[in-house]
Amino acid sequence: MTKNLHLWVIPLLPLIGAAINGLFGRRFKNAMVSAVALLFTAASFGWAAWAVYSLWPGGLAPHIETLFPWITAGSFSAPFGFYLDQLSMIMVLVVTGVGFLIHIYSVGYMSHEGGYYRFFAYLNLFMFFMLTLVLANNYLLMFVGWEGVGLASYLLIGFYFLKDSAANAGKKAFIVNRIGDFGFLIGMFLIIQHFGSLNYDTVFNKIAEGHFAPETGWGVFTVTALCLLFGATGKSAQVPLYVWLPDAMEGPTPVSALIHAATMVTAGIYMIARSHAIFNLAPHALEIVAIIGCLTAIFAATMGLAQTDIKRVLAYSTVSQLGYMVLACGVAAYAAGIFHLMTHAFFKALLFLGAGSVIHAIGGEQDMRRMGGLRKKIPVTFWVVTIATFAIAGFPPFAGFFSKDEILGAVFHSPYGGPVLWTIGVITAGLTSFYMFRLWFMTFFGEYKPDADLGDAHLTAAVHASPAAHGATPHADSHDDDSHGHGGVHESPWIMLAPLVILAALSVVGGWVGVPQFMGGHNEIEHFLAPAMESRSAVAGEAAAPEHTESLASPIGEIGKENKGTESTSEEWLLAGTSVFAASLGLFFAWLFYYKRRELPDRITTKIHGIYTMVLHKYYVDEGYGAIFVKPLLALSTVVFWRGVDQGVIDGLVNGAGTTSKGIGNQLRRMQSGNIRSYAAWVALGGAAVIAYMVWLGVSK
Amino acid sequence: MIPLSWYLMLSAVLFSIGVFGFLLKRNIITIFMSIELMLNAVNLSFVAFANYWNTHPQMLPSGARMVPLSGHVFVFFVMVVAAAEAAVGLAIIISVFRTRETLNVDRVNLLKL
Repeated sequence: MTKNLHLWVIPLLPLIGAAINGLFGRRFKNAMVSAVALLFTAASFGWAAWAVYSLWPGGLAPHIETLFPWITAGSFSAPFGFYLDQLSMIMVLVVTGVGFLIHIYSVGYMSHEGGYYRFFAYLNLFMFFMLTLVLANNYLLMFVGWEGVGLASYLLIGFYFLKDSAANAGKKAFIVNRIGDFGFLIGMFLIIQHFGSLNYDTVFNKIAEGHFAPETGWGVFTVTALCLLFGATGKSAQVPLYVWLPDAMEGPTPVSALIHAATMVTAGIYMIARSHAIFNLAPHALEIVAIIGCLTAIFAATMGLAQTDIKRVLAYSTVSQLGYMVLACGVAAYAAGIFHLMTHAFFKALLFLGAGSVIHAIGGEQDMRRMGGLRKKIPVTFWVVTIATFAIAGFPPFAGFFSKDEILGAVFHSPYGGPVLWTIGVITAGLTSFYMFRLWFMTFFGEYKPDADLGDAHLTAAVHASPAAHGATPHADSHDDDSHGHGGVHESPWIMLAPLVILAALSVVGGWVGVPQFMGGHNEIEHFLAPAMESRSAVAGEAAAPEHTESLASPIGEIGKENKGTESTSEEWLLAGTSVFAASLGLFFAWLFYYKRRELPDRITTKIHGIYTMVLHKYYVDEGYGAIFVKPLLALSTVVFWRGVDQGVIDGLVNGAGTTSKGIGNQLRRMQSGNIRSYAAWVALGGAAVIAYMVWLGVSK
Repeated sequence: MIPLSWYLMLSAVLFSIGVFGFLLKRNIITIFMSIELMLNAVNLSFVAFANYWNTHPQMLPSGARMVPLSGHVFVFFVMVVAAAEAAVGLAIIISVFRTRETLNVDRVNLLKL
């Protein structure tokens, strides 16, 4: 530790902003609220940038700052400290940078909303917790941030708390996350038990010094890794706990962009990447990580195909992209995962903000079937969304291409991945491209039809909050009432467009830091992240290889080799070409179905009605969870815990105590009848008793 | 010489008659008389003890000789207090009778809840 960077200032600044806005914001004017929120977020970004800059050239060793011992119990101690290495550098810059842009956007987007100060207080609070999460130097402090972002997410999803669906979505997000947190907690306990500490330093050094061989069976590392993975599935919306994220779209759009696309949901990926030393020693766990990521990617992508709510399409797309990142972690290509995390933060935030801009423009409508032809009316939004769409679909030279290609390449070569997972990944890429261009064509091309009759509204209503309900949101109302009373489609103000333009630029150039070698680039991001990702595991891997079984130690070595770019260049080109081909195929079909021959989708959906309905209902997963978990739990709670334990035992005890004393009192009450002669009788009886006692004393002597 | 126990038994019988009269009778005059009866039962035992100690002198542990007159003095006190009580009590009874037209204590229960 050469230099004190005061890293604690980075999370503290948004907390001050949250405190000021939360405590006094009610009395502030909107301009004052936004000034406070923006100032502290910008300052945080500035401080983070300065900290990264001052570590830049020699930023090889992680920079650790311990402020004070926080929790000490016996031999265990968790300090309150911060940790800045290449991984957290990227995370901090993404969180504060994208966060700041979204704050700016929110000033415009939320300007007509009630609870303006509340929104910014929550948003700043989220920034505080997220920065704590990524900067923590031990798992426990990370967990504090982890829970804190869950809280902020809950508050912001339920921002329109008068709307039932929003309040329920908030609860759902919180509860589902709690289930994942359980796994994370168990994982932490296992780490404490085996390493006696939760500090990254201590744990990873111990792992490196231990020269463990990768586990063949179900050992400590595998179980710990699986527990951590379970935590990540909750926060990062992976199968089986992804169900909360689509519902989280009930929150205001900037929230969806910041929390449920760009930053919070990537916490799970960050956590896995941070724990890579543990995962590297657990090949079984890695395989499961890869499978879960792959499953999530393809399932969410298919679910995104049939959605008509613009934000829900983006939500499923987010789940799918998070699946990619987890898949990357599962094949031990953590750097690729983090790279995709970064580019995804740019283009998905841009997509959400662009969608917000579209929604804003047409007065709160979210159903894509009521959009169309907006290309000419909101040109700036159109162009930035176009860039983002091309970026997420994976067309070169946009950012998404490089990161996705990096992941798919790693999957293909990895012993944990292989051609099967790679094929699914490529299909997912094609689906991604299809539904994103579907969104693009439906929104911006064709004719504007704000009053389109949604023939299957009853069907939609069963799936999610009906379009009518969306129309009745406070959000929509305020837009109708205020300056947008003229009802015309209009471009958003520049305070909303400026962040879009910046993010669009980042979505284009963001991928250029990871141009792979076969294309003549240097893959800077991989080399940049290498010290944080590889050093310790490489040490462990190389040291372990000679002593232990070759076959199990080799995967890590192989990944290291792959990163040096020794594989054949033509194969790389082929892989990249395949994914671009898949994306083009998606574009072509989207163009065919939603631009050229618009009657086709209807005909196809009627033909494959069964499958279509299933996809539209998201494979009935929510209903299934409801039937398998929620209903029995509810019944158990109602019958056993509520009626049985609570009402029977606890209430019985309390009421029993009450009834008993009441009964005794009732009996004793008879002594005080108010009848003087009965009192006299008591006195006489008492006197007689005393005399009898004395007589008995005398007799017995 | 009549033994002490006879006096005490008579006293106990008188006291018990007083107690039961007090408890069972409803007429306030009778109750009053029962109270007097109890007082006099106690008076009887006082004088009986005083007489007994007079004829069977005892040494106190301190060495002083016991003065048995205290029993008689108590009786006088009790009689004086009883006379005063009778005066006040009868006055109350008369005023109660004037207002309520009855001497039944069960119907003089304004203070009862």
